[in-house]
Amino acid sequence: MSAPTLSPAVSSAPGTPRAPLTKKVLVADHPTWCPGCGDFAVLASFYKVLEKLNYPQEKIVTFAGIGCSSRFPYFVNTHGGHYIHGRSLPFAAGISLGRDDLHVFVFGGDGDGFSIGGNHLVHTARKNPRMTYVIMDNSVYGLTKKQTSPTSPIGFKSKTDPWGAFDQPINPMRTLINSGATFIARSHATQVNHMVEMMHRAALHDGFSVVEILSECVEFFEGAFDASIPRKGGSFQTIDLKKNDGSAEDAARHDPTDELAALRLALDPWPGKFGIYYENKSRPTKNALEQKLITNTREKTKNASDLELLSKTFARMR
Amino acid sequence: MVSPIPPSSASATARSNAPLFTIPDVVIRLAGNSQDGIQAVGGFLARLAGRSAQEVMTYMTIPSTISGGPSIFQVRIGSGEILSAGDRADVLVAFYQHSYESHRSSLRPGGVLLYDSDHVTPNPDDKEITAVGIPMTSATVEAVGGSSKEKGKNIYVLGLLARMFDLDVPKLSQLIKERFGGKNEDIVRNALLAFDAGYAYPAENLAHILFRLETPTPTVGGRPQITTDGNTALTYGLIAAGVRHGAGYPITPWSSIMETLRTELPKYGGIFVQCEDEIAAASTALGFSYGGNLAITGSSGPGLSLKMEALGWATMAELPLIVINVQRGGPSTGMPTNIEQSDLLQAIYGSHGDCPRVVLAPKNVEDCFYIALEACRIAREFSTPVIILTDQALATRIEAFDEPDLPKLMIEQKPDLSPRDASFKPYPLDQAQRHAPPGSVIGSGKYPTVTGLEHDEHGHPSASPAMHTKMTIKRREKIKSVATTFPAPELFGDQSGDVLLIGWGCTYGPIREALGRLRGAGATVGHIQIRHIHPLDGGLEEIFARYRHILVVEINDEGLYGYGQLATLLRSRYCNPAISSITKTDGLTYKVSEIVERVAVKLGLADTTVGMRKLSLLASALPTQK
Repeated sequence: MSAPTLSPAVSSAPGTPRAPLTKKVLVADHPTWCPGCGDFAVLASFYKVLEKLNYPQEKIVTFAGIGCSSRFPYFVNTHGGHYIHGRSLPFAAGISLGRDDLHVFVFGGDGDGFSIGGNHLVHTARKNPRMTYVIMDNSVYGLTKKQTSPTSPIGFKSKTDPWGAFDQPINPMRTLINSGATFIARSHATQVNHMVEMMHRAALHDGFSVVEILSECVEFFEGAFDASIPRKGGSFQTIDLKKNDGSAEDAARHDPTDELAALRLALDPWPGKFGIYYENKSRPTKNALEQKLITNTREKTKNASDLELLSKTFARMR
Repeated sequence: MVSPIPPSSASATARSNAPLFTIPDVVIRLAGNSQDGIQAVGGFLARLAGRSAQEVMTYMTIPSTISGGPSIFQVRIGSGEILSAGDRADVLVAFYQHSYESHRSSLRPGGVLLYDSDHVTPNPDDKEITAVGIPMTSATVEAVGGSSKEKGKNIYVLGLLARMFDLDVPKLSQLIKERFGGKNEDIVRNALLAFDAGYAYPAENLAHILFRLETPTPTVGGRPQITTDGNTALTYGLIAAGVRHGAGYPITPWSSIMETLRTELPKYGGIFVQCEDEIAAASTALGFSYGGNLAITGSSGPGLSLKMEALGWATMAELPLIVINVQRGGPSTGMPTNIEQSDLLQAIYGSHGDCPRVVLAPKNVEDCFYIALEACRIAREFSTPVIILTDQALATRIEAFDEPDLPKLMIEQKPDLSPRDASFKPYPLDQAQRHAPPGSVIGSGKYPTVTGLEHDEHGHPSASPAMHTKMTIKRREKIKSVATTFPAPELFGDQSGDVLLIGWGCTYGPIREALGRLRGAGATVGHIQIRHIHPLDGGLEEIFARYRHILVVEINDEGLYGYGQLATLLRSRYCNPAISSITKTDGLTYKVSEIVERVAVKLGLADTTVGMRKLSLLASALPTQK
């Protein structure tokens, strides 16, 4: 009898006490990224997040699609892997739904997330499986060496648009809010503390959480995000979240449960704000809904064994 | 016009003055529109046959239009071994003029046409058949009472057929009650009223066409018979094999498998996900498999094409997966509700790169159940994707067979999360991958990556030419070694001689029947139905050498070089010039006579009389109309 093997998402190591998870344990292969790539900082922040979460190492899964950033799982010493281009979300949904005891993290770039995998992003958000998706957005195809990406700004000169791109770029925050993702945040590879906070909160969110991180490609789109880097003359503006303290200044703060307010933030002119755009804690996860379906269905069958169930079905075919 | 006499006494009256012929088998074709419930009548007859330990085989076409459109169901019931649904009908039930006009040619000379005289005017000069007009529509409306709709005329016809063939009325009534029992009582009552009205149709009008089917010799201690279609058998085969997870996207004729899994799996603690597209479905299923639960995805032709990149990954990453492809007419949307066996090469070779994987094909409805078990065994043992190539004909037709011995066959599946010792390598060169699902502690402290990049034994990306060569050989040899687990292929008929007939999938029955006829006509003929398409069964080469001709019968095109898809594979594998093809692409299953005639032509036989369908006993029993 295969009773459901699902258990609560946040697992604490039972039995023997374990040594806390450290960066030393979590480091795997040396990253193959170009010197100066923003992805190094994302990786370093992710180690910190895992240290904070301190999940049992074998329960963490790190998966990715295809692209520079999608090399990520090779550099993190957890179970994980490298799937095909753009389809890592439905793959990871299978991991999460089939094994609710795991902590599933997916990494990818803007091509993976918003171009070839765009439809999967929308539908994964709609289904709300329990997992965290980190999009490392560099606004260019780096692995294939400088083609226009779905987030390349108008005027960007690439090998596929040598005269400057003229297709309207995707607005990631707007796309994510419209897709119905239940946790949406935006961060920046030059802001380690902010990245750690965003990814940590995303990991703790019960549902499909997405963090977009602007991560510069120094090789093919240098200076892409200068407008949001203070030391390069830009400004890094974070979102002040409502404290609900009744104060006058609180009225101006952002309510992350307010979808319309989130959309208004998403429409801010470039480079926009960083922080939590939207968070919906009330929508049940697909994990929970499927589990409920299983529980209700099995109650109706009076928890019959697999053999009893199947024998009954065949008896009806006599 | 409804007789007040209850069926049992009506029967007695009718029998007393009616000629009664005993016949071994009968082919009944019901022709109407898709909403007429023709399939339901066919299903009742098939299940009745199953419950009477009679052999049964059905055939149906469903229109691909959204609602309505012509539809047929053909059922053949008999006491001998029934292998095909019959080339031509003994009885044609025509609900409409178009049903009559389209299907008159399917009725053999001397056959019986039962037509709805409210809708059909048959050709009065057609003296080749016995035509009996019955006001099916108005009689049903009258019997059920007050209903303006003609719903229930299918059950009325069932009553007529029950009378005509002296079928078991209590068993049929029981089937009707079971079928409609879950609904409100009016529906059951109306159905039984319609049935009784059909059964009580004045006997004198049917007097010359009353028959009795031979009672089969009861088998002692045999397992009970069940009656079902191929998609259902396959679905429950997967459940018996321990599959509890899957993902899919709707496409005809695959959809009924995913619908059943979606409603059944939660009962077993499992999950089936309807995905946004075919690629997501393959990916989600692979995610389940990665988690340690062998999962299933499936589709029909075009959908399988969409899954190909994911299947390439599964071969490279060496993860198990069951992929069902219910073949239909192609390419593209093609003929979505017709049979074709044109995805064989796609199944074997459809992905990019050198991508060896296992392809199996069930030979009949019963085999759909057992092939699911075999596919799951192979997928687990060799950590590989396995494609099950079934087809529209197997998917939709109903057959009766022995109930599987579930306590012996059922398999329990749990992810293997046992700790792996320090020597654990996810991709050893000398054996099939032993996947360590997440949750397993890895003794070496080095956690494995499962990847689509070429990799070394530890799963690290490797662009080494030597490693790619070694890993390619490893993946190839792994799939080759699957054949060592296959039993010897089953050879029917003559063990050597003129012709060896080779088939795969739904052609099993018609080829077996053709075998009998050809041997009856004096030819020495053997038959193998290949279930293991890739890798092929061992020992075929030696068997092939014993025949002058090896004819591969397939429902696909002969292609640019003159050979069907399996014939192409066999010729390239065995380099045997005796291998040639019999193919067709009309979207229909083979008739026995088609195979016999094509074989006769291939052999250059001057006398092709073996191709003529022998008149059945039913034909000789009928009074000749002049």
